Amino acid sequence: MTSVIVSSPYVSQSKSLRHLMINVIIGLIPGTLAYFWFFGPGILINISFAVLFALGFEAFILWLRKKRIKPHLKDYSAVVTGWLFALCLPTHSVWWLILVGIGFAMIAGKHLYGGLGFNPFNPAMVGYVVLLISFPKEMTAWHLPIPMSGETYGLINSLKFFFDIGNSSWDAFTSATPLDHVKTVLRQNIPISEIYQAPLFGKFGGIGWEWISAGWLIGGFWLLMNKTIRWHIPVALLGSLGSIALGFYLIDAETATSPLFHWLSGGAMLGAFFIATDPVSAATTNNGRIYYGILIGLLIYLIRNWGGYPDSVAFAILLANMCVPLIDHYTQPKVYGAK
Amino acid sequence: MNIKLSHFNGGIHLDDHKAESLTRPVQLASLPNQLILPLKQHIGESNKPLVNIGYHVLRGQLIAGSSSPISAPIHASTSGIVSSIGPHLVPHASGQSAECIIIDVDGKDESIKFEPIDVNQMQPADILDHIRRLGIVGLGGASFPTSLKLSRGIDFGVHTLVINGAECEPYITCDDSLMQNQADETVRGIGYLQRMLTPTKTLIGIEDNKPKAIEAMKLALKTGPLPDTKVISIPTLYPSGGEKQLIQILTGNEIPTGRLAFDIGIFCQNVGTCLMIAQALELNQPLMSRYVTVSGDGIRQPGNWIVRLGTPIKHLIGLAGGYVQDCLKKSNNTQQNLVMGGPMMGFLLSSDSVPIVKSSNNILVMKQKLIVKKPDVHDECVRCGKCAEVCPAQLLPQQLYWHSRSKEYEKVEEYNLFDCIECGCCSAVCPSQIPLVQYYRASKSEIRVTQLATFKSDHARIRFKFREKRLLLKKQQEEKNRQLKRKILLEKSATKKTDSNLADPIQAALDRIKAKKNEQVIKPKNITGLTVNQQKQIDKADSRRRAARKQNA
Repeated sequence: MTSVIVSSPYVSQSKSLRHLMINVIIGLIPGTLAYFWFFGPGILINISFAVLFALGFEAFILWLRKKRIKPHLKDYSAVVTGWLFALCLPTHSVWWLILVGIGFAMIAGKHLYGGLGFNPFNPAMVGYVVLLISFPKEMTAWHLPIPMSGETYGLINSLKFFFDIGNSSWDAFTSATPLDHVKTVLRQNIPISEIYQAPLFGKFGGIGWEWISAGWLIGGFWLLMNKTIRWHIPVALLGSLGSIALGFYLIDAETATSPLFHWLSGGAMLGAFFIATDPVSAATTNNGRIYYGILIGLLIYLIRNWGGYPDSVAFAILLANMCVPLIDHYTQPKVYGAK
Repeated sequence: MNIKLSHFNGGIHLDDHKAESLTRPVQLASLPNQLILPLKQHIGESNKPLVNIGYHVLRGQLIAGSSSPISAPIHASTSGIVSSIGPHLVPHASGQSAECIIIDVDGKDESIKFEPIDVNQMQPADILDHIRRLGIVGLGGASFPTSLKLSRGIDFGVHTLVINGAECEPYITCDDSLMQNQADETVRGIGYLQRMLTPTKTLIGIEDNKPKAIEAMKLALKTGPLPDTKVISIPTLYPSGGEKQLIQILTGNEIPTGRLAFDIGIFCQNVGTCLMIAQALELNQPLMSRYVTVSGDGIRQPGNWIVRLGTPIKHLIGLAGGYVQDCLKKSNNTQQNLVMGGPMMGFLLSSDSVPIVKSSNNILVMKQKLIVKKPDVHDECVRCGKCAEVCPAQLLPQQLYWHSRSKEYEKVEEYNLFDCIECGCCSAVCPSQIPLVQYYRASKSEIRVTQLATFKSDHARIRFKFREKRLLLKKQQEEKNRQLKRKILLEKSATKKTDSNLADPIQAALDRIKAKKNEQVIKPKNITGLTVNQQKQIDKADSRRRAARKQNA
């Protein structure tokens, strides 16, 4: 066994990578609980299996790559990827959908690039977008929240749905998401105030969704407080999304939705605090992170309003991921003593 | 004089572990049996020994020196007999040996007579010469010859004198105890610096975790006041004791990349050096001993000692009560828990037989071994950027690491690797436990090696081109000479021809061949001179042959 003398420093006062990942998982809990409250146990099934599949794929590829399996599984990065991926899917999804998505995320999105630390794109978003493009029908089959459908989506039935054995009666409960609804109806020149009368909407956003987003916000604050993430990306992202939404809202409140609606609908909050902040695929300089956040916020608004998809956080993040090397190159901080 | 403190970028709060070594008062270290004095204890040219084996030397006697201006001589730190001059392990990160003078101590501690001098009568040039002859170097760590630094400072002109008493590394308290113990002399040393450099203000920066030292220095300034001099308590934040960082904190100025503090009119000196300057100028005593801290969880009685230079560390560890049991374990005879300097920037010692030298401020004895068995045990970098947050040079350590690892040295230089001060903050906060500074040190030396190789190959190419040119010229000259020779020969032969009217030799040869050929033609064949009968027989045979040929046809 060769020994290598490690040069100074001989002290370490850092939290481990695993510690950071565990923090992220803890941060996801409030939003996940709200999700569970409004949409039933389906989400927990999705998360459990997504995490299980993610760990399975991770172990398999590490084995193929002849890497040490246990320490890499223990960094919990696969758990975070699986969890985030599951949160993007419709509440009741079929098992093979998750398997295909996670497989693509872990193999193509992560390990083909060299594994953790080397992936230019967020793996969970890669998996999600592949599903969104390949299986549009399955990926838009969102079920109504419990307060609206009256159906509690019990655990056994949810499991049956997951394994594709029965429960086709739930097809009656599928509906457009609030974002989708606004987009379609606005095209028919119906004013916003009228759209908000639809039962799908709560105070600020869609019923249930506003609370789930509040959950992500709480978890995000917790991550900011213990310095797992820095403020630059979430503030820039929500700031740019909010400002552009406010601009259009002030011009005409009947054709543009409010900033609050944009913040609290779809994946904006989750994206701002948990996905865009993935350090591997985000910009790495502080100034760069601000530009990166602004870019994502703008892209979200653009695609939501004029693009082909109702929500766009995943696309916005992937597009911004592509710009990261450029952003990093032009945002190097001034070095001590530089003229 | 109101001083507004500035901040440097980043930095980290460390557990300072200063209390351990401050529980006991400073003691004079006893004499060891042997002194090991490396010939080179400074930055610059190595010294040549001025004594031989068997010489009896006295305390304060000059034993090694050099004629180079970038050098500092070595003096014996006690009396004894020179027992050998040769390679011995020295405290260096490489763990290698260097030439040392080894003195067997006689225990009498006899000293040469230190003739008193009157510093007030001395000219700055004489003071500089005096400081040079007494072997004084910067005691902050770099060991740059103080006289040379001072003369440069005088040349450049200094408006601010910064005295460094920050001592920001954990465990180390030698400057702290020095200021508590000998504040008056230290302040007088600062006074001599002021006399030479004539700054408009002098700022003594001390971290606020050393309240006693701050008090002592303030008191010393009251009893022996200096013009426009102030003790400034700075917030405890590693690495505030770095020259660049301390200057930034106290003056708000940054030293431009690739330049020195003189370039912006600032002169920085460590408190320990100031004390040594005072001793040199007042007592005429050379640099023979220094304050050394021995600390860490692997030593029984941490503390501070005034130690003769050349004292083996083993002796000092004995004075500090010895190793804690657990850390006596050795493998392959290599010490794995002994660091010279602080835990952030020090280096591992391969053995406790190495001596204390001019730059040794601290001996750190750790319980746990400081060797990692496999080089790649760390996790991958996830670009979290915590390293960039703490970097006092405002670098992007994550990018430096990325490019260092892939050996893209041009990129590494683009990201300003050579502005890295190797303070270790980035490594300390890395969640993936990547030994970042180690990567940077490797890259730096790799780049230096490449630069040297480029220089050498450039040199070789120039020489090769020169050689080619030289050979071409030689060839051309030879060709010229040949043509000249031919011309001369032709001319010569032409004159010969006309002179003697000789036939062309070629024509003569051809004629000879022709004559020979003719001779062959007229040579007699076997059909000449036949008898009539013989001729008839031949004719008969010929006609028979002809008939036969006709029949066949």
